[in-house]
Amino acid sequence: MTVAVEIDDIVMPEQSRDVERKSFVQADKVFKAVIGFFAFLVIVLLVWLGLQLYSSSKLAFSSVGIWKFIEGSTWDPVTGVFGALPFIYGTLLTSFLSLLIATPLGVGTAVFLAELSPKWLRRMLQPLVELLAGIPSVIYGLWGIFVLSPLMANSVEPFLMDHFGFLPFFKGYPLGIGFLTAAIILAIMIVPFITSVSTEVLSTVPVPLKEGMYALGATRWETVKKIALPYAKSGIFGSIVLALARALGETMAVTMVIGNTPQISKSLLDPGYTMSAVIANEFTEAADAHYLSALIAIAFILLLVTLIVNAVARWLIWRTTRAN
Amino acid sequence: MTNSANTNTGIIAQDLKAYFGSIEVLKGINMSMQKNKVTALIGPSGCGKTTFLRTLNRMHELARNASIKGKVIVDGADIYSSSIDPVLVRKKIGMVFQKPNPFPTMSIYDNVVAGLKLTGRHSRKHLDEVVEKTLVQAALWDEVKDSLRKSGASLSGGQQQRLCIARTLAVDPEVILMDEPASALDPISTAKIEELIFQLKDSYTIVIVTHNMQQAARVSDFTAFFYLGELIEFNGTRSMFTRPQKKQTEDYITGRFG
Repeated sequence: MTVAVEIDDIVMPEQSRDVERKSFVQADKVFKAVIGFFAFLVIVLLVWLGLQLYSSSKLAFSSVGIWKFIEGSTWDPVTGVFGALPFIYGTLLTSFLSLLIATPLGVGTAVFLAELSPKWLRRMLQPLVELLAGIPSVIYGLWGIFVLSPLMANSVEPFLMDHFGFLPFFKGYPLGIGFLTAAIILAIMIVPFITSVSTEVLSTVPVPLKEGMYALGATRWETVKKIALPYAKSGIFGSIVLALARALGETMAVTMVIGNTPQISKSLLDPGYTMSAVIANEFTEAADAHYLSALIAIAFILLLVTLIVNAVARWLIWRTTRAN
Repeated sequence: MTNSANTNTGIIAQDLKAYFGSIEVLKGINMSMQKNKVTALIGPSGCGKTTFLRTLNRMHELARNASIKGKVIVDGADIYSSSIDPVLVRKKIGMVFQKPNPFPTMSIYDNVVAGLKLTGRHSRKHLDEVVEKTLVQAALWDEVKDSLRKSGASLSGGQQQRLCIARTLAVDPEVILMDEPASALDPISTAKIEELIFQLKDSYTIVIVTHNMQQAARVSDFTAFFYLGELIEFNGTRSMFTRPQKKQTEDYITGRFG
């Protein structure tokens, strides 16, 4: 009897351990399948979205012609004339203009945070910068209408017209709404993106490299210019392109200050329109199939532009991390 | 800078104390290093020899919470006096680091002239001359003369360190500080660096931190033994290694601790 008990005691645990191991392997497989499915879902969603947009915009493309749709500058839903160029122009102009304003501001702030500021100040400022990125865009828009727009109309735009009025960019009327106001709002919104990514990238510059430069008699500025910025170059560039992607798609704040007028004007003081703004403003009115399809076609173009910009940003960031 | 004729002293440290926050890592060092000689700093890890080296060109203060008290006199002037610009101090007192740190975003050529370019515009011809002269001095010219446009990071470790030495020489310093310059290198590269130090001491005052006792004995004229933030013994290298005055020094150089 005692012998049997002993054998039982030895055999039992081994068996149960074996069973356990098998169920672990089983759980691993299930886990892998579930996670894999989620990952796959992301790709499916993107492809589905793209295909759906394309098939829904076919009507507009075929009735107007793809190229004519893109280069047409008249948007008149009443008579059924659909040209998307004013929106493409508005989106690209406000986005790149905002980059022009936001890049020096964002990179400058990043250099300050990563290289110059005392540790306690950086610990305080960095979360604040990231907080700025999280503010709902409608709040920026509201601030734009009630604060920025009057300021532009009363001070900034008259000043620009007086001193730089000879340039084609600053002709017209100081309305306070238009390309320039939209670009400034966008710039404020994307600065935190540039700053937070650039600060991280600049923090990866190895200390020995900076010390090597200091030891040659370089000032702080010279070390930043010759060592830190070149080293972090592609990462910073990546952050700028990511910010561009955000600016391209931004809808609410822009539609509140750009004036929503589909026109192509050289003057930055004139009102304009963007792709995202026209979709948001007009989809409720798009009663007939052609009109709706034209709006979806604009969405399709916007998707393509954003995807391309994002792909470029990823590639740039990948290049930096590989170099490190 | 004019060389004061009355002395062949290169650097004098007077009651030099260094801190990280409230921790005192150098406890009042008094020491003078001779012009155009090699002074080796030895001692176990954490003894303050590297910190001491970094106070001599005001690199210490670049670290967070770092501060110093006392004086470091070079050419009759205290480099810590408020009227002195640390940037100018570092131009005059060059430094070679433990790990070779060529600038990866620059070519070999640009690495060499990186410091020189900070001092204003130079003609192409002048830059070319400096590059050739300093690379010859650093015993690297023959190996890289056909690939000056290649990245400095493409060289081997030993070549990188010699590039860093050439880069330091290009700003024409009076003093060269070396922080274990061969510790990351293989024996052949180490031998080359040591030979280089031997040739450079005719024209430069050299202070070198080393972990390697044989290296100190081979390359230096004077040796200083640091322990726990204090200068225990400072003497001619030969006497130091044959007749150490202090028990701690003897224990360390005979390998009983450290």
